[in-house]
Amino acid sequence: MTVTEDAPVGEIATLNVTIRIKRMNPEGTPARAPGESYWEEFHVEAHATDRVLDALHTIKWQEDGSLTFRRSCAHGVCGSDAMRINAKNRLACKALLKDLNPSRPITVEPIAGLPVVKDLVVDMEPFFASYREIMPFLVTTGHAPTRERLQSPEDRAKFDDTTKCILCAACTTACPVFWTDGQYFGPQAIVGAHRFIFDSRDEGQWDRLEILNDKAGVWKCRTAFNCTEACPRGIEVTKAISEVKRALTTGEF
Amino acid sequence: MTAHEYDVVIVGAGGAGMRAALESSQRASTAVLTKLYPTRSHTGAAQGGMSAALSNVEDDNAEWHTFDTIKGGDYLVDQDAAEIMCREAIDAVLDLEKMGLPFNRTEDGHIDQRRFGGHTRNHGEAAVRRACYAADRTGHMILQTLYQQCVKQEVEFFNEFYVLDLILDADATKARKGADVSVVGVVAYELSTGAIHTFRAKSVIFATGGAGKVFKTTSNAHTLTGDGMALALRRGLPLEDMEFFQFHPTGLAGLGILLSEAARGEGAILRNSTGERFMERYAPTIKDLAPRDMVARAMANEVREGRGCGPHKDYVLLDLTHLEPAHIDAKLPDITEFARTYLGIEPYYEPVPVFPTAHYAMGGIPTTVRGEVLRNNTDVVKGLFAAGECACVSVHGANRLGTNSLLDINVFGRRAGIAAAEYAATAEAPPMPADAADAVTTQVATMRATVGGAGTERVADIRKALQETMDRDVQVFRTNASLTDAKKKIAALRERYASIAIHDRGERFNTDLLEAIELGFLLDLSDVVVAGALARKESRGGHYREDFPTRDDENFMRHTMAYARPNGIKLDYKPVVVTRYQPMERKY
Ligand SMILES: Cc1cc2nc3c(=O)[nH]c(=O)nc-3n(C[C@H](O)[C@H](O)[C@H](O)COP(=O)(O)OP(=O)(O)OC[C@H]3O[C@@H](n4cnc5c(N)ncnc54)[C@H](O)[C@@H]3O)c2cc1C
Ligand code: FES
Repeated sequence: MTVTEDAPVGEIATLNVTIRIKRMNPEGTPARAPGESYWEEFHVEAHATDRVLDALHTIKWQEDGSLTFRRSCAHGVCGSDAMRINAKNRLACKALLKDLNPSRPITVEPIAGLPVVKDLVVDMEPFFASYREIMPFLVTTGHAPTRERLQSPEDRAKFDDTTKCILCAACTTACPVFWTDGQYFGPQAIVGAHRFIFDSRDEGQWDRLEILNDKAGVWKCRTAFNCTEACPRGIEVTKAISEVKRALTTGEF
Repeated sequence: MTAHEYDVVIVGAGGAGMRAALESSQRASTAVLTKLYPTRSHTGAAQGGMSAALSNVEDDNAEWHTFDTIKGGDYLVDQDAAEIMCREAIDAVLDLEKMGLPFNRTEDGHIDQRRFGGHTRNHGEAAVRRACYAADRTGHMILQTLYQQCVKQEVEFFNEFYVLDLILDADATKARKGADVSVVGVVAYELSTGAIHTFRAKSVIFATGGAGKVFKTTSNAHTLTGDGMALALRRGLPLEDMEFFQFHPTGLAGLGILLSEAARGEGAILRNSTGERFMERYAPTIKDLAPRDMVARAMANEVREGRGCGPHKDYVLLDLTHLEPAHIDAKLPDITEFARTYLGIEPYYEPVPVFPTAHYAMGGIPTTVRGEVLRNNTDVVKGLFAAGECACVSVHGANRLGTNSLLDINVFGRRAGIAAAEYAATAEAPPMPADAADAVTTQVATMRATVGGAGTERVADIRKALQETMDRDVQVFRTNASLTDAKKKIAALRERYASIAIHDRGERFNTDLLEAIELGFLLDLSDVVVAGALARKESRGGHYREDFPTRDDENFMRHTMAYARPNGIKLDYKPVVVTRYQPMERKY
């Protein structure tokens, strides 16, 4: 979807907000050394229905074109713009300014635990590498059937929640274990594995469970619940992780 | 500069690009270049479903599907292509299921199906359940599933690489009819470093998606700037039927965020300010499930005649309040959340304000049914392929039916992947010219040099003016006057574009620079849309001329082929392929 800068439905009040952005330019600026991180404040006039992404666009498009962030869909489905907004991980395109106590400065920082590349952009590669490691694809043996594999609505429901993941990394980069432990896969990889472990069509459960049973895996989770709070898709991440833990101890799915 | 060589290079990692990659990487060395991480592609935003006559819940067959596609496209569809797509639809859906796609299921465990606009039983008798779906996240599931399979097959991706030029071994504007023109490769800009790369390849597949950002109110992502189409155009290749753009009836009013037609498929109803179910007047048989162009025009007409809702009477209402909340949660969870998040409306109890939003480019890079790109009405560019929304096969004609695009990207993505690999197995790649990267190097350097220079124009201002012009003059209703006005305004914006200044001089992650380049694509494509629309003095599908309100098969049942030439857009025409369906009046 796309921005429209005019008021959407009905009469909409405007809002003056201060956005404090944690910035970093790898090549430096006249005032800053390469790689130095610093805070910069911008004042933006916004509509009450605007999101943080709209405010970032206003800054980039009208004040400072060098402000750098990723974004694409602008309505919470592509996973490009997870950021730390007022100290919580959210998608900038889903966080409405009016819900962020706009009378005080709104702080925007890159998600934590991944190397910052420039301003709000981080290197996502370590995150995707963990995802790739848990065999995130359907594993089957024998001949493929001519028609579809059957699956009851009840079986389909068992992994519905974890199919919603958009790989935005909000959960993983909210996890205190991930910040401090360089080995831990992080919650997203476990969500990604859950989506297949609990799929009745899949036959790769044991390989995947073995990967998760490993030292980098599921037992590192200390149930801090940050991940569940951070998920912009409303996935019950902690619940998925405990289901995986239970499957490991009981052997039941 | 870094030089690479592959058998096949695919540009784009949405549904079409990744479906192609799954085929070609099994047969030939393949690289996928994409300006976004694959899972960020806009295929992931698709909601409602993918059609195939599986007959899992109701009697159905591929022939009915073909007929609906052709009639829905207002007879501008190439009928041979539609036959192929609807026949191969069944395997396309079953293949995805076997790859692991979590479709919704019927009680007996089969893939469930639901109704969608324009899809009917037995040539228009009544709506039929043909759309296979996963709640209202079908595109998300397709994108994730294809990416998962690419991980499994270890497909090689170059993420955040922007392709900015297409290299051919001859000037397509000068090549004679019948002469050989072959692809050499592409030139790409690496976002994280600013480095320029050349990719030499025997086959290149463009799968760069749509161009919705030429309009202001759109369901499309910020990144859908029509890059592949514009690059082909700049290299002298034609674009087909670009005047046909689909405006989806149900965008969230003022925002453009899409609420899938699946809402109406599940029983939602459009109402005007008097509460009337107005579609009964426009399409007595299938009412709210008429094709999109008809519904979008009906809505715009209700608003124009004063029956719009809200303080400015500028939208209509999508009413779901008679549906069970549990049913809404099971079938339409995401779109109802959009209404809650962005408009603060609870669809269980309140109808949702909606208005048409620019949604889908029916036109694009002309191809054969094997995905080969045409450089005129008959000759293909050897080794160059296109698939997905950036291509025009043409299976959507003047108006695409809902669920037929997710189908298109899978069927023709697969076909292009196979054809590209097969061609690469026999072909020799022409050498990459020593100066191949010069145009891009100069373009990027020139853009950088505007930082702090004499330019006074802002990219964002020009883009906004362009999008507002297109919304005002080239949307649901068009006239000679509105289009002429748009043409003039675009020319003026082009002049302003020549004196832009960007802010960011950096090499690393310079999105400021790329937005400026993308605006160049939008300007080029807007010109083509307007030129085609001006010349098409009839109304057909998504193209509605108030000064020529009827379809004119005599003069215009033909495809537009637009070429960029030094003195402007040159238009030519290509016959429509008709196999068994003669045009008739489109009534629903
Ligand atoms: C909100 C929404 C809902 C929809 N719902 C449905 C539905 O229910 N059913 C249906 O059939 N259709 C639906 N559609 C239409 C359908 O989703 C799209 O037409 C289709 O997904 C397009 O797929 P694609 O692979 O061609 O392009 P995309 O998925 O858009 O992918 C384009 C790719 O090209 C890459 N790219 C672009 N430019 C460059 C460049 N210069 N260099 C390198 N890479 C580049 C991008 O990175 C991206 O990977 C919907 C569309 C929208 C917007
Ligand atoms: S921009 Fe796509 S999730 Fe926010």
